[in-house]
Order: sequence, then C-alpha cells, then structure tokens
Amino acid sequence: MTSELQRERSAYKRSRSRRSTLVALLSTAVFAVAVGVGVTGAPGWPRVRQSFFDVEMAWRSLPAILEGLWLNLRVLAVCGVLIVVLALLVATMRTLRGPVWFPLRALATVYVDLFRGLPLIILLYLVGFGLPALRLTGVPNDSVVLGGAALVLAYTAYVAEVFRAGIESVHPSQVAAARSLGLGPRATLRLVVLPQAVRRVMPALLNDFVALQKDCGLISVLGAVDAVRAAQIEHARAFNFTPYVVAGLLFVLLAVPTARFADALGRRLERRQGGR
Amino acid sequence: MRAPGLILAVTAVLAVACAPADETTTPTNQVDGVACTKDKLPTLTAGKITFGTDQPAYEPWFVDDDPTNGKGFESAVAYALAEELGYAKTDVVWTRVPFNAAIQPGRKTYDMDLNEFSITEERRQAVDFSAPYYDVDQAVITLDSSKAASAKTLADLKRVKIGAQVGTTSFDAAQRLQPEQDVAVYNTNDDAKAALRAGQIDALVVDLPTAFYITSAELEDGLIVGQIPAGDGKPEQFGIVLDKGSPLTACVSTAVENLRTEGTLTRIEQEWLSSAGTAPELK
Repeated sequence: MTSELQRERSAYKRSRSRRSTLVALLSTAVFAVAVGVGVTGAPGWPRVRQSFFDVEMAWRSLPAILEGLWLNLRVLAVCGVLIVVLALLVATMRTLRGPVWFPLRALATVYVDLFRGLPLIILLYLVGFGLPALRLTGVPNDSVVLGGAALVLAYTAYVAEVFRAGIESVHPSQVAAARSLGLGPRATLRLVVLPQAVRRVMPALLNDFVALQKDCGLISVLGAVDAVRAAQIEHARAFNFTPYVVAGLLFVLLAVPTARFADALGRRLERRQGGR
Repeated sequence: MRAPGLILAVTAVLAVACAPADETTTPTNQVDGVACTKDKLPTLTAGKITFGTDQPAYEPWFVDDDPTNGKGFESAVAYALAEELGYAKTDVVWTRVPFNAAIQPGRKTYDMDLNEFSITEERRQAVDFSAPYYDVDQAVITLDSSKAASAKTLADLKRVKIGAQVGTTSFDAAQRLQPEQDVAVYNTNDDAKAALRAGQIDALVVDLPTAFYITSAELEDGLIVGQIPAGDGKPEQFGIVLDKGSPLTACVSTAVENLRTEGTLTRIEQEWLSSAGTAPELK
C-alpha cells in the first residue's frame, strides 16, 4: 500500500522529470539552430559541403561501399568468434598455477607480448604477403583469409589479457569455496571463476570488439575491396571526400549498437549486485 | 543556471569559429611566353624550381630512386624543362609526394609533379595539367608459372584474377577488362607485385614502360601478356601536375611544346623508354 505522502512525492517527481525533459529538448533545439546557422553561414561552408557532404556523390558511392561493408561484417563475425575462443585458451594458460605448467605459461606470455606489441599493419604485411610468398602447401592464398588470420593473431593477444584480468579479479575465497564443495579444478574454473570473470570484463571486451570492427577495414591493404577500399576508389575517381564520410558513418553506425548493449549490460550488472 | 547557458553559448561560438574561412585564390594566367622567365615565375622559392615525385620513384622513370641524377625519363624531362624555363641544374629542388596525395585538391608542396600522371577530366577538377609529354599504353603482366601466361585475347583475361594500384588509370583499364573476379586493389605497385609473386593474383595491370621494367628487372620469370586498348579510342597521355589555377601552367605547357618541336622529348624517350612498343596489342 502506497501512502498519500508517497503518491504526492511520486507525482512531484514525475512533474519535475517532465520539466527537465522539456528544458533539455528546448535548449538542444536552440543550440542546434545556433550551430546550424553559424556553420552554414561561415564563408567556407559551400566548399566544405561540396567536398565532404555531396549528397549525389554519397548516393552514387553507397552501393560499392555497402558491398565492401558486407565483407567487413563477415570478417568481423568469423574473427570475433575465433578471437574469443583462442583468447580464453591463452588467458587460461597464463593463469595456470604450479611448476608443471611453466612451459604453457611462458608460451602464453611470449605470445601476448609479441602480438600485442607488434603493429597491426606490420603483422598484416607479414601474414598477408609474407606467408603465401613461401609457397608452402596448405597455406591459404586468399587475401581475406590471411587478413582475418592477422587480425585474429593480434586481437587474441589483447582479449586474452582482458580475460586474464577478469580471472584474476575473482576473489580466492570463491575458488576455495568451490573446492570445498567438492568441485575439481576444471569445474571450478568453468562454473565459478569464468562466469564471474567474463561478466566483470564485459565492458572492456565490447570495447575491443568496437576496435576490431574498425580494424577489419585494414585488410584492404592486402588487396581485398572492403568498405574502406571502395571509398578510396570512389574518392580517387572524383577527388571528393564524401565516400570516406559515408564509409566512416557506416562504421560509426555499426559501433552504436555495441555501445548501447554495453550500457544496458552495465545497468543489469549494477542491479544484480544490488546497486542503485 | 548561468553556467550551462554560458557553456552552450561558448560551444556554439567555438563551432562557428572552427568553420573554415574562405580563401580567395585569383588565378592569374599569364600570356604565353611573356613572363616565363626565372626572375618572373612565381615559384614556391624564388629563383628555384621545386619538382615533386613519389618515393620510391621507379625505373624507367627515375634511376636508383634518385630524381636529382637526371637519369630516367621523367628526371630527364624535368631537367630539360627547367633548362627551357631558364633554370640551372642547381636551381632544381626535388620533394617527395605520394602518388595519391599529389593530385588532391589543396595547397601543394611542389611547383610541378612528374609521377606518371595520366591526364583525365576527373583529375582536372582538382589540379592543372601541362601539355602532355608522353603517350602511354596500359599493359598486363604476369609470371611464366601463372595461368594468365597463356592468355592470348582480352576474353582469356576475363577468367583470371587481376590486380592494380588504387587511384590509377591502370586500375580503370583493369576494370575495363570486366574480369569475372573482383579486381584486387593495392596501395602501391610493390604490394601488387608481392601479391603476384605469392600467387594471390594471376596478372597485374601497369603502364607499358613500367611493365617492361618490372618484367625485365624485377620479376625473374615475369612476362608481358599484352597491351589493353584505350578506353574510348583516345590515347592516354602523361601530363605534369600543377596546383589548380597555378600561374605556372601556361609557361610549363609552352615549354613542353617547345621540347617536343625541338625533338628533345623524342630523344629522351628513345634514351630511357626505347623498349616500349613491342608488346602485342590484345584484341
């Protein structure tokens, strides 16, 4: 049962929040108009609009860029899955305790140091042009596959470190409790440690995912015509920067759902842990 | 409530201030042959003439990646041109500008740029071109071991994987072949050559003199499949790139025409591009 006082309070809160929304809307509108008038009134504006925001040019370049983006998306999907699996493996290897596991720990450490430190563009050249130049049987020859492999190598190192941070953030008492319930080391990791670890590092993981979305565009240096390259081709034809703006906006749009998902996830986590 | 209002106002003012100001450029094309002398030409540095080209610069256009030695077709043309305009060899300065950057609209770091630039209408929107100094054909090159090596006609080439450098007329020529697989596009011809060696592409489109150089000096088992016919029947021509509306353009064009009538261009061409013209024309 809500008291009379509580109902009054709620009504007051609602009216204040409506007022806030209205003020925010109004000030945003005023701000937008001021900026709009100011920018479009500036003397260089027609030239800026022509070389960056040419609607006809944008429309003409869109099909090629979208086709390229479809390639980026496929690369993103396959690489994303591979990276998560491999990174969990590397992170687990790095967190193994006991002298027997030293070789695995060392291997994982060397891997992370090497591939996290190596500039992605160098890795792309080494894997994309260097590997097939050896002409070994069994080495793939497709620039997209090779570019994807380079992305997986690099991002696995980043993501493994994120997972490791998560695993190490789980309090030792959790492991002790799991072991005292009779769970073996593997079951402890799988049922107790990893679920908590992954939940904690989710924002960082999604951050890496957004970075991967953009870096998928780098496979273009190997000859694949992705969204970035398609934009470059259109730009080189007409010396108009609009295709880059179009491709850039598409990548931004791609990143927005991930960002909102991360926000929602953060709120859910807060509620679960009895926060506000 | 005063602070947020103030921030809004300041931000709006800043946004407006950041909008680019107009630049007024007044192209002052001079009358041919009147003020085309060293003391009158408004070059970047008075008394000097600054040429631009890419790094690395390739044979047979330049030799040893050193434009200052006067060797190679374009280096020789540059020095002949400087002489024609009244500049001594020591007045010539070289600067390095990547191929795609050289033809962007905007301020230039060179007076003129020689980098195998074909004259196209699209590029004319962004830069000036001198009178053409070389007629060029596009050619397809490959390796002995590639399946493109046996290609005899344009139709044969449709079935192989073709590569080209981005933003070049070679890329447009590759597109004209209408290959069944997408044309692979590379930042530089070096990347494209790496892909050809690795078997990622079967054939590569470059201009003919470059084709001769790559197949004779750079690829051990390289060969020229043949020349691609020009797009609309008109020959493709190289021009010197100058800033849009550059006051030098008229003088440079006149100088190029003088070099042609004197026979200097032909002599330089024979010296550095003599092997051109022996590749089969593909039908």
